[in-house]
Amino acid sequence: MRFTKEHEWVEGDGDVVEIGISAYAAGQLGDVVFVELPEVGKQVKAGDPLAVVESVKAASDVYAPVSGEVLAVNTDLPDHPETVNAMPEKDGWFVKLKLTDPDQLDTLMDRHAYEVFLATL
Amino acid sequence: MSDPTTLKTTPLTEAHRAAGARMVEFAGYDMPVQYEGGVLKEHLWTREHCGLFDVSHMGPAFLRLTAPSGDADADHAAIAALLEPLVCGDLKGLKRGQLRYTLLLNAQGGIVDDLMVGRPLADERQGLLQLVVNAGTKEGDFDRIRAAVGDRAELVRADDRGLIAVQGPEAEAVTAAIFPEVMDLSFMTLGRASFEGTEVEISRSGYTGEDGFEILAMPEVARRLWDRMLSDPRAKPIGLGARDSLRLEAGLPLYGHDLDETVSPIEAALDFAVSKRRLKAEDFPGAARAVGELAGRLTRRRVGLRVEGAPAREGAEITDAADAVIGKVTSGGFSPSLGAPIAMGYVPPALAESGAHLGVIVRGRQQAATVTAMPFVPHRYRRKP
Repeated sequence: MRFTKEHEWVEGDGDVVEIGISAYAAGQLGDVVFVELPEVGKQVKAGDPLAVVESVKAASDVYAPVSGEVLAVNTDLPDHPETVNAMPEKDGWFVKLKLTDPDQLDTLMDRHAYEVFLATL
Repeated sequence: MSDPTTLKTTPLTEAHRAAGARMVEFAGYDMPVQYEGGVLKEHLWTREHCGLFDVSHMGPAFLRLTAPSGDADADHAAIAALLEPLVCGDLKGLKRGQLRYTLLLNAQGGIVDDLMVGRPLADERQGLLQLVVNAGTKEGDFDRIRAAVGDRAELVRADDRGLIAVQGPEAEAVTAAIFPEVMDLSFMTLGRASFEGTEVEISRSGYTGEDGFEILAMPEVARRLWDRMLSDPRAKPIGLGARDSLRLEAGLPLYGHDLDETVSPIEAALDFAVSKRRLKAEDFPGAARAVGELAGRLTRRRVGLRVEGAPAREGAEITDAADAVIGKVTSGGFSPSLGAPIAMGYVPPALAESGAHLGVIVRGRQQAATVTAMPFVPHRYRRKP
């Protein structure tokens, strides 16, 4: 699993990956009450807004950590947004993406580097 | 984390940090936005049990006649007459021990602040009014009041003290365990009680739609009272995040968001806060505007909205059936009690009726919104039987 400084994670090796938000991000957001997901087939570039998560208090963007095409979205999330808090790095995944450039994964942090980064916040 | 070095603190700031609260800047104060449970759980706890809120950042104050006559009723009439020209409420008609919600108005009849004004119960305290104004507006409010009363009355700030709100269906039990005398208070009345030998001011009021109290106490007393109340398993500390979602469900406007200096009491649907006597006499700032608005010359009205889909937050545009933009959301979010998004905003009066089908624009997309009578969640005040 690899991470961004915006607290998204990417999991997968080939050219298809799952994307979600880290346990740290889920904790910071508080209870997620609404999730907005992109349409399947949408092309996104690394850094583009990919999804929206909302707590009682505020809405936050989830950014695409890498470029690609949305192959699937987690259709359970809109009815069960609490999954993002319960299992942020597993069942709380947001989208499956077909990578445009698998080499982009190398620009992301591994878990150790991410934990070192979190310690600086 | 907010930077505590440049912010004002309350007598309870250290207690919040020790309890693991997430602190934010609010109106220049270092305040808890949530504790470890988070906004959603704190909100629901308050609706089911008892929430304790530090609202010491607000502006409690006493307005006292400089030269009272000693005649209790004459002294009340005199102090009420000094403050009435600034507000639209009936202060002369306050009974002893009664608290009233009223509005400070500018010359155009726009709302400068919303505030509580109370008349003390005791004979020896007549000729005094107890005020609580908003945190973000208190400096301007106090200047305005001082300028209006001149040397005939003295404004004594009490915002160095602790102000604790105790709210929820178990607020009475939690509070009466310490102050049995609160059983005699009904909604919008006030009195005094003693905690460990020191007097505190208690009113039966709040900002959640629930039954509850606000207790004003000297700083050290407030700290001990906060700890004592939290030792009751029915009580938990609640941050500003849940305070906002609770007041939104209760349909209560937030100054600086739902109310500002351009908005009149009638536009804000706060007709109840405009005294009938004073409307008839047209003796408050912007009275002619209020009379005209009540006669039908109204261009906008604050309404509640039930929203489909994503929460519509402050600033979202409101549309009519023809997709024309007709107003804006002034506060909105997710209602924990209803499990759905709710909002407040301003729309033309013709579209302000309950059931009107409107739209809101969220992230560029139109979603359905229906005008809904407020409160969204019924009030549970303990009114006098």
